[in-house]
Amino acid sequence: MGDMIRRYGPGLTLLVCLLTAFWLVMLVIVPNITLLESSFRPYLPVVDIGGPKDLYTAANYMKVFNGAIEVSPFGFSFQIPVHVLTFSLTIFYSVVVTLICFALAYPLAYFMAKILSPRSLPTMFLLLFVPLWVSEVLRAFAWWIILALKGPLSWILIQLHLIDHEVRWIVGYNGVMIGLVYTYVLFMIFPVYNAISSLDSNQIEAAEDLGAPWWRIHWRIVLPHAKPGIASGAVMVFMLSAGSLLVPSILGSTTSQWFTQTVQQWMLDALDWNTAAAYAFLLLVMCTLFVSLVMKIFRVKLSDIAN
Amino acid sequence: MSAGIDLQNVSCDFGSFRAVDNANVSIKPGEFFSFLGPSGCGKTTILRMISGFIEPTQGTICIGGKDMKGQRPNQRPTALIFQNLALFPLMPIWENISFGLEVRGVDKATRRAKAQALLEMVDLPGAADKMISQLSGGQKQRVAIARALAVEPAVMLLDEPLSALDLKLRQHMRAELRAIQKRTEVTFIYITHDQGEALAMSDRVGVMSQGRIQQVADPREIYNNPVNGFVASFVGENNIFAGSVSNPSGGMAGFDTALGPFRARLGELAKGNSIKLYVRPEHTILSETAAAENSIPVTVSEVSFEGAFIAVHAQTTTGQIIVAEVRNDGSATVPEIGATRFAHFNAAHASILPDSTVVA
Repeated sequence: MGDMIRRYGPGLTLLVCLLTAFWLVMLVIVPNITLLESSFRPYLPVVDIGGPKDLYTAANYMKVFNGAIEVSPFGFSFQIPVHVLTFSLTIFYSVVVTLICFALAYPLAYFMAKILSPRSLPTMFLLLFVPLWVSEVLRAFAWWIILALKGPLSWILIQLHLIDHEVRWIVGYNGVMIGLVYTYVLFMIFPVYNAISSLDSNQIEAAEDLGAPWWRIHWRIVLPHAKPGIASGAVMVFMLSAGSLLVPSILGSTTSQWFTQTVQQWMLDALDWNTAAAYAFLLLVMCTLFVSLVMKIFRVKLSDIAN
Repeated sequence: MSAGIDLQNVSCDFGSFRAVDNANVSIKPGEFFSFLGPSGCGKTTILRMISGFIEPTQGTICIGGKDMKGQRPNQRPTALIFQNLALFPLMPIWENISFGLEVRGVDKATRRAKAQALLEMVDLPGAADKMISQLSGGQKQRVAIARALAVEPAVMLLDEPLSALDLKLRQHMRAELRAIQKRTEVTFIYITHDQGEALAMSDRVGVMSQGRIQQVADPREIYNNPVNGFVASFVGENNIFAGSVSNPSGGMAGFDTALGPFRARLGELAKGNSIKLYVRPEHTILSETAAAENSIPVTVSEVSFEGAFIAVHAQTTTGQIIVAEVRNDGSATVPEIGATRFAHFNAAHASILPDSTVVA
């Protein structure tokens, strides 16, 4: 702090501190506390708010366990509350999205960091960033058009004689996953790229010189080195996917439901903001727990990711 | 176990730049061979071609009589020690050392035992479970050597591995490397820009400049009979005189300079007009009286104490500074600055050589 005052003077230091504090308090802490507080209050007619019925309760959270339905994956059928199912599928498909993003990002990041000549790198970055010049809504709609029953994808595949009649691509969670991978893959590419480019190329050569085939070089040298980058990419992609509302709303099918959509329905359709707040908090807490658990399993520390 | 290496007409181009130009050298099995030269002379390119990271543009590289064309680094019987060592920081030391064995499918117990044995050989017993970051520079060096030896290479390639160490450690590691090479009888190819290192360790030295191998010989020959001015100047110091040859006969010749006529050995390649006379400072003697030949009147301009010897800088009548080294053993008196003396040298210790590199 003393260093900052010496460097920038008291006026500028104060301004920066105040702006940071405003951002943190007014835009992060206060809204979240408000949300948390209202999630524990019942949804009441306006006249009853603040009255004797307005007591703190966990009932909103318990609504997750209402309305059991029967599902039978792999011929094994059991009863599960519908919102718990939605939540589980959201986590499951977010994990799948994260894995697909990793599978796409790792080879590309390795190529950019170690094979591509530094002169071509700006072009590569440009190509990766160009899609971001268009708004996320438009990009999701673009995919909706591409994947439509009589859309360009079906048409091209028919012309190439790979399929003989149009395919409905947006079935189940397909559209959601394609959209999420497309939207968030960059969040995987860049941390992994950064991690791999900090690897000394001599280590790759040393491993090769000692006789290692390419897959072992990746398994023993590149992947362990890139682990923090992969972890931070995975955390970002997973959290953004699980918290995404736009893509599941646009590219969802009749049989897909994302947990954020459930939150939205509580908020906008049922107009029950209290339950919506409770659900939003559940999503936040459960995702954080899930991420912590996975990080523990893969022995990644939070400080690794911050680097 | 160890193998010889033959480079036949090997050239390597990077775009329009010729990094290595028509290199021909035959390295014997079990030999300690050094490539010595300034940075950018192509020595590292030669090493990378032998290890397989670069394919030569022309020519063939044979290891143990086998043409290595198209063989990837992981298929060659070579082990490279990198300049920055390139140890694997995320693996414990024993895994570093046994990585090459892991690749070859050796089971864990055998690998661990082999790593232990190698650690003892390089004088680091008990370091097996440490991490690389816990070691000092010299210890890392030993681990790198052990890692390379673990795969039992026929040829060890060393790319200036001692350059990051301090002077004392470097001298110690020189002796160590030499001892390991003698014990294992593996062919060592050592890349360095440090002439002291090359001369002290090698059986033979190849001096390189501008992509060309200038001279290949044993260290004494390189120092005492350099083939050209580049080799003479890169390996050791010289007093250099410009002039022209007269009356060559029987390997000796007269050499006429602005400071008068000298007599010296005539180098085989000393033809044409860009030739000079080279005399080592330790062969340059200062005395109060003129000698019969090769004697130059000088005025002492600077005396610098170097420890084992004292370098006396003296100015000739033409303004050229020549250096004479006086051994610091009390056998000779060190002149005062401003004293007049005669610098002279034995004709057998002076060489007439082409002044720069051979461009054959």
